[in-house]
Amino acid sequence: MDSTARRFEDNARTALDSPTLQAALAKLADGFPRRRREAAERLPEFEELRDAARAIKEHVLDHLDLYLETFERRVTENGGEVHWCRDAQEARETILDICRRVGARTVTKSKTMIGEEIAINDYLEENGIRPVETDLGEYIIQLRREPPSHIIAPAIHLSLGEVAETFRKSHTHLAPERALNEPDALLAEARAKLRPDFLTADVGITGANMLIAETGSNVLVTNEGNADLTHTLPRVHIVIASIEKIVPTLEDATTVLRVLARSATGQDVTVYTSFCSGPRRPGDPDGPDEYHVVLLDNGRARLLETEFRDILRCIRCGACLNHCPVYRAVGGHAYGWVYSGPMGAVLIPALLGTHEARHLPNASTLCGRCESVCPMRIPLPRMLRAWRERLHRERRTGWLARIGLAAWAFVAARPRLYRRLTAPLVRALGNLAGARRRFRVLPFLGGWTATRDFPAPEGETFMTLWAESDRGRTKP
Amino acid sequence: MPASPPPAPISPKVVLFVTCLVDLMRPSVGFAAVKLLEDAGCRVEVPSAQTCCGQPAWNSGDSADAATVARGLIAAFEPFDYVVAPSGSCAGMIRVHYPELFADDPDWAPRARALAAKTHELISFLVDVRGLTRVAARLAATAFYHDSCSGLRELGVKRQPRALLATVAGLELREGREAETCCGFGGLFCVKYPDVSTGIADVKTADIAATGADLVLGGDMGCLMNIAGRLRRQGSTAAVRHVAEVLADVTAVPPIAGT
Repeated sequence: MDSTARRFEDNARTALDSPTLQAALAKLADGFPRRRREAAERLPEFEELRDAARAIKEHVLDHLDLYLETFERRVTENGGEVHWCRDAQEARETILDICRRVGARTVTKSKTMIGEEIAINDYLEENGIRPVETDLGEYIIQLRREPPSHIIAPAIHLSLGEVAETFRKSHTHLAPERALNEPDALLAEARAKLRPDFLTADVGITGANMLIAETGSNVLVTNEGNADLTHTLPRVHIVIASIEKIVPTLEDATTVLRVLARSATGQDVTVYTSFCSGPRRPGDPDGPDEYHVVLLDNGRARLLETEFRDILRCIRCGACLNHCPVYRAVGGHAYGWVYSGPMGAVLIPALLGTHEARHLPNASTLCGRCESVCPMRIPLPRMLRAWRERLHRERRTGWLARIGLAAWAFVAARPRLYRRLTAPLVRALGNLAGARRRFRVLPFLGGWTATRDFPAPEGETFMTLWAESDRGRTKP
Repeated sequence: MPASPPPAPISPKVVLFVTCLVDLMRPSVGFAAVKLLEDAGCRVEVPSAQTCCGQPAWNSGDSADAATVARGLIAAFEPFDYVVAPSGSCAGMIRVHYPELFADDPDWAPRARALAAKTHELISFLVDVRGLTRVAARLAATAFYHDSCSGLRELGVKRQPRALLATVAGLELREGREAETCCGFGGLFCVKYPDVSTGIADVKTADIAATGADLVLGGDMGCLMNIAGRLRRQGSTAAVRHVAEVLADVTAVPPIAGT
């Protein structure tokens, strides 16, 4: 998908000005964190599980080539095929080739963030193939031609009313009196509309929450069961996954599953957890004739040797989004690309470059709540800082900010000069403020005073007062 | 998280790291800190060769400038038993980030680590290191305590201020639903992305309003200035103070940003 990450500031303003979005975000911030906390508290070994899950992914990243090749071997033995794709274009072409070869006209899809990353829907459409999203949230945003705003809740930015309106616009058969004011009614309507597509689709595309090297399986978790209809009904199942999704064994996969849903939605386990290990075998009651895994790198392998390696542990639970004050304020679309929140602010610069994404690592208070809830203990604030370090090195920060910082450091490293400059300034400001003890407007601080009063300094600096008191005599 | 300190001297020599915001904006907090430390049996000194911890540069990705400022602070503070700051953010900078900042500098890394090990946020120092369990202070107010992010998540400051505030006569503490959520200050973030910062602050001020508190307390001047500034602009009359002022019973100065 096209990025608007460079327009983060405008995107954020639009988001802050939208009452419906703000209402949706308030609901999200109220629900997800509480449910995650309750789920974690219900499980005494939750913190140990986080450590175990982290260790599994760390081990995988140390031996990524080994496990990917093992995975490929198993998939091949199971009768499937693995396609290695360096970038989005290769992945798109690979998928289109398969679709064309089998004469596909309709493709059903269950949720895949890699599908968003490579913009597969647009590509298939341009080539005369109709993609149909079957996850309710994805279905809604496909109708609205919007990108997802949350990695696990793609339509979280919409109100029920907006969804109903969207349905009425595109489901033209709907009688005006048909009630669509309840989630269940919307779900029933989407189901009815999707059923024929499930039955006629030639190809089903799914993502993968994990790939298991030992068995050559992909793991899918959903709460709607749509993924199962997507990979069992069509003749061809295509899995699209990025290379870091690998885990060594089935046992490892279950460890990760135990932290995934709890961190994401606060469920102990999702409603559906499916393992697909290849095409239908003789005697199997169902399953596809062909099983393909499109393995995408798209710039990830090169992260292994950088300070951003830890982001490859991410299991896309969304906990960092749900607990992020910036995400809570502006929502996912403001970030301008497929991912959002802290994991997005770390990953997007890696995938799109610092020129496009320079705002994202900066637009963070580094409050650290993301790291405190990340099931894989990814040091997100540290990596956001590392991006700032890079931006500074690449001179992608404003010249005014650079000069300001250098001047500040020069003065701050010289305490006597620092005091000679600061003491008269705070004295003047203290006098100027009068009895109200605050300013409504201050030159050079418009960013602050546009929305906030600026507290007045008391007037004298502590160091001045300390030096004047007898205590100041005991200088070391 | 306070690491186990070396055996505590009976009357330790403590350097007060005033921090730039307390020095420039609110010296009363510095004097309150001195009083609390002395009441807790510490010999307090305030070397004049201190300015800022270097965090603005560090968080801007400018580690060279951050290191320039940090070296001065390390040299000035090294001779003391403890470094104590009335700020979780500045104490966290020294405790957590100085060792990272100098990780590749063989000369300064050991000095940075040594300083980090003896640096503490004021209230957690009083409770965890000095064993303080109560204060002799009085203030009739209904207070909301805001957990600043660095103190909370880098240093584990949460129960210590609440434990001492519970002993302030006349003070009732009310917990917000989002006490652990950032206030939107974030250092330079609040002026680089003022709209987003304000959006975050609004969640905080709504949380404060919902508790009905007439006093907002916290351990970091940056957050407090941000919260106070937004509350005033919204027309709220809730007073905002540094927690040290209340614990030291020095509340004669007007609150941050007035009333």
